[in-house]
Amino acid sequence: MLEPGPIVGTSPIRKEGLAKVTGRALYVDDITLPGMWYGATVRSTIARGRITSITFDPAIDWSQFAIVTAADIPGENCIVHLTKDHPCLAAEFINHPAEPILLLAHADKSALIAAAAAVHITCEELPGVFTIEDSELGAAGDTKKVVWDHPGHGGSANTFKTFLMQKGDNPLPDAELEKIFAEADFVVEGEYRTGAQEQLYIENNGVIAEAFRAPDGTLDSVTVSGSMQCPFYLVHALELVFNLPAEKCRVIQTETGGAFGGKEDFPSVNGSHAALLAMKSGHPVKLCYDRAEDLIATTKRHPSRTRHRTAVSRDGKLLAGEIEVALDGGAYATLSAVVLSRATIHAPGPYHWPHLTVRARAMATNIAPHGAFRGFGAPQSLFALERHMDKIAHTIGLTPEEFRRRNFLSTGMHTATGQHLSDPVDMQALLTRALRESKYHAKRAEFDRTNPTSTIKRGIGFASFMHGSGFTGSGERRLNSLVKIELTADARPRILVSSTEFGQGTNTILSQVCAQTLRIPYDEVLVAQPDTSVVPNSGPTVASRTAMIVGKLVERASESMLLTLAPYLTFHSATADFDYSVACDVPANYTPADFKRAAHTYLARHGALVAEARYEAPGNIFWDDDQYRGDAYPTYAWAVYVAEVAVDTTTYIAEVKDFHALQEVGKVIHPILAKGQIEGGVAQGIGYALYEKCVYIDGLMRNNQMTNYIMPTSADLPPIHVHFEETPSIHGPGGAKGIGELPMDGPAPAILNAIEHATGISFTEIPLLPEDIFERMTRTPGSGTEDLNPTIDLDTRTETTEVPA
Amino acid sequence: MTTITLTVNGRSTTVTAPPMKRLLDVLREDLRLTGAKEGCGEGECGSCSVLIDGELVNSCLVPVLQAEGAQITTIEGVAHLTAQGEKLDSIQQCFLEKGGAQCGICTPGMILATQHLLDKYPHPTLEQIQEGLAGNLCRCTGYMRIFDAVQQAAKTG
Repeated sequence: MLEPGPIVGTSPIRKEGLAKVTGRALYVDDITLPGMWYGATVRSTIARGRITSITFDPAIDWSQFAIVTAADIPGENCIVHLTKDHPCLAAEFINHPAEPILLLAHADKSALIAAAAAVHITCEELPGVFTIEDSELGAAGDTKKVVWDHPGHGGSANTFKTFLMQKGDNPLPDAELEKIFAEADFVVEGEYRTGAQEQLYIENNGVIAEAFRAPDGTLDSVTVSGSMQCPFYLVHALELVFNLPAEKCRVIQTETGGAFGGKEDFPSVNGSHAALLAMKSGHPVKLCYDRAEDLIATTKRHPSRTRHRTAVSRDGKLLAGEIEVALDGGAYATLSAVVLSRATIHAPGPYHWPHLTVRARAMATNIAPHGAFRGFGAPQSLFALERHMDKIAHTIGLTPEEFRRRNFLSTGMHTATGQHLSDPVDMQALLTRALRESKYHAKRAEFDRTNPTSTIKRGIGFASFMHGSGFTGSGERRLNSLVKIELTADARPRILVSSTEFGQGTNTILSQVCAQTLRIPYDEVLVAQPDTSVVPNSGPTVASRTAMIVGKLVERASESMLLTLAPYLTFHSATADFDYSVACDVPANYTPADFKRAAHTYLARHGALVAEARYEAPGNIFWDDDQYRGDAYPTYAWAVYVAEVAVDTTTYIAEVKDFHALQEVGKVIHPILAKGQIEGGVAQGIGYALYEKCVYIDGLMRNNQMTNYIMPTSADLPPIHVHFEETPSIHGPGGAKGIGELPMDGPAPAILNAIEHATGISFTEIPLLPEDIFERMTRTPGSGTEDLNPTIDLDTRTETTEVPA
Repeated sequence: MTTITLTVNGRSTTVTAPPMKRLLDVLREDLRLTGAKEGCGEGECGSCSVLIDGELVNSCLVPVLQAEGAQITTIEGVAHLTAQGEKLDSIQQCFLEKGGAQCGICTPGMILATQHLLDKYPHPTLEQIQEGLAGNLCRCTGYMRIFDAVQQAAKTG
């Protein structure tokens, strides 16, 4: 295994950094091709219905435009993700208010606005479904509320996917489980909700497409360049839309200005649209959304509702739990099944549950499809769990700290899916350190003392959690990722992967791993632009998998290259008759100059050297899709986050004043990038908790501007202190695990736990805006009295059933 | 169409454009200076920030007519040209070293906002940095690496 050394564990300057600080980095909207036209999308104006007519205003000279409707699609009218329920362009039925119906292209960008407004679409409107609850009524048999029904795609009425996860190989029958609840000292119930969240990458979704015709005029191939995370996802989508083989669908990732999951599945949509316009117009077509369009039309984090029912003993032991997770998937299935799976597996958190049942479902509504966003289901179910853990603690009379300590998972125990935790897990030590770093106990005591006489109520709270690294379940086996490293003509290694850079540092960390394995300087390593005609499929850039899974493959490919070069490294001054074909060990010592010489010699004799490594599932990792049991992830990152808040009872504004993020993530490959990942994720988590609200009316996001969808600015954020514990994992290069998504999971529950400490009010829903705090703090109690005692936690008292022992 | 003369990164330039065309579009389309980015088109995100006569502005909100005779600095004009070639400004160097740029889309605007801030306060407090950059949104970093970069740039001058 790669040992921490001179490169891994240090912070070299990011590979594409110079281009970024000089403004020379070219993002898709910075690129202009000769003869390029511009595209626009004509969308639905209703949430659900049937198209009855499309007419074109005669005031416009339509001969100047390329017009694409569903009828122009050469292949299937379908954007394929996991299922085939998602039309590329609506032909007859409309299922959400931003549904694309028709595409336009013109040489002059400014001609498109008036033209799009001059396409008149009439519809027969049908009633829409906009909430999980309404969708459930449809699933339960109210046929008027059924808005999605594709049993062939693995779901049932309004239900994209369900999961049932039970603890133990032989879960208890319902009657015996009920007996545990009946006999428990306490049964604590709670319901928790999270809202949609926009990724809000600062660069909107955008692509440029070209279509090429064979001499006989038939479509030969398409090429799409643009802002995206997963070039091979788009290849897959184009194959179907154009009925072309994969090698005729070329996809190139350009510099990408933020993604966070928002450019995982969506580019299959706009990439297909742009390519259709290129095919129809005979010109390259640029299709870049402006912010307003990006916000109404592209994917967001799934809104959720999670219900907990927990049996607990008087001494603070979890006895049994029932968790019900429901996600709002929007109009089409997209990635909802996989998001739901991560939500399900993360729902029990880092705790030991003797008995547990998790029932999860992803529901259809008439809202633009929800999709991938950093955390991918885990932030939703962990928010519910970590709020609920505090609620249980308050109910049974233990501190949140002590209650968790009595139930943490530890090394050698089994998770709810039956995964044996063979790698070291020490949540007790993480919690101890996180509370020490944040001065939790001293602050808790201080705020308890000062709050009664202050209009500013201060509080401190924390959340304990984990995040699985890599694809869920058998995902990595199915992906079967391949990485290649080639030698360039000047004997430099060049990494060939489809893993994309969009700020996280992919190029940099993979280069570090390669350089250290080859024992050459970091600056020597090159990374190819992700172009599907050049790079192999190393899988999508998602799921906190790049450092661990792809990094490991880069390490192995580098080792393979080194073995090939070993004879040349050993005998670089050998005589001409030396037999280089005899394999030998890599010498213990060689210089970068030796490597260069060996590489040149190899190239002179053989012309080229390409080393590769393909994913091999570790022999001791197994997942059973049918039983939904086994090793859900190769490994997990573990964390405790502590938030300090101040709630102003005059303005009802809650602010985070200090934040400590402690995590065990295996070997940290690049400390500066890793800190940046955590800080950025925490900032998004703070936004998720306190600022970012998607306001939907009849399924359409109405605050689709940066003016009224509010993300944290530099003036809104507290100091974010990042602490790492490093316990190397065998699964990643040099011992690294995944860190990209982890920081999204902890902030929201930690903040709301802190707000409960500050105000005594148990809030159960995010985003929690000042108006929500105002509403709750000034609410007239049901008795009709005007008295307000905000220190009474009404929820905890009224929703708790205490059963006499 | 109007003919407008302005100085961009020290070079006098004449453009012919509709008078209400956004300065951002004139820079990107007419002058092919694509360092300034459009993030929101309504002056919220600051990724189109440039300096006009030393003042930090959102170029998406400025009709080019208003830039007549102005001195404009874009990200392309921040590095220094020396006999040895291009030398990064210390702000750019500090953003590189401290991890102030992740995806890079806000970076041009953020660097110009930093230049403006350090012109005003050569040794800014953390609060002045937070306020000074509050008009430039970054979704990747959580701003902490950016604060580090600005503080380092203030130290190195």
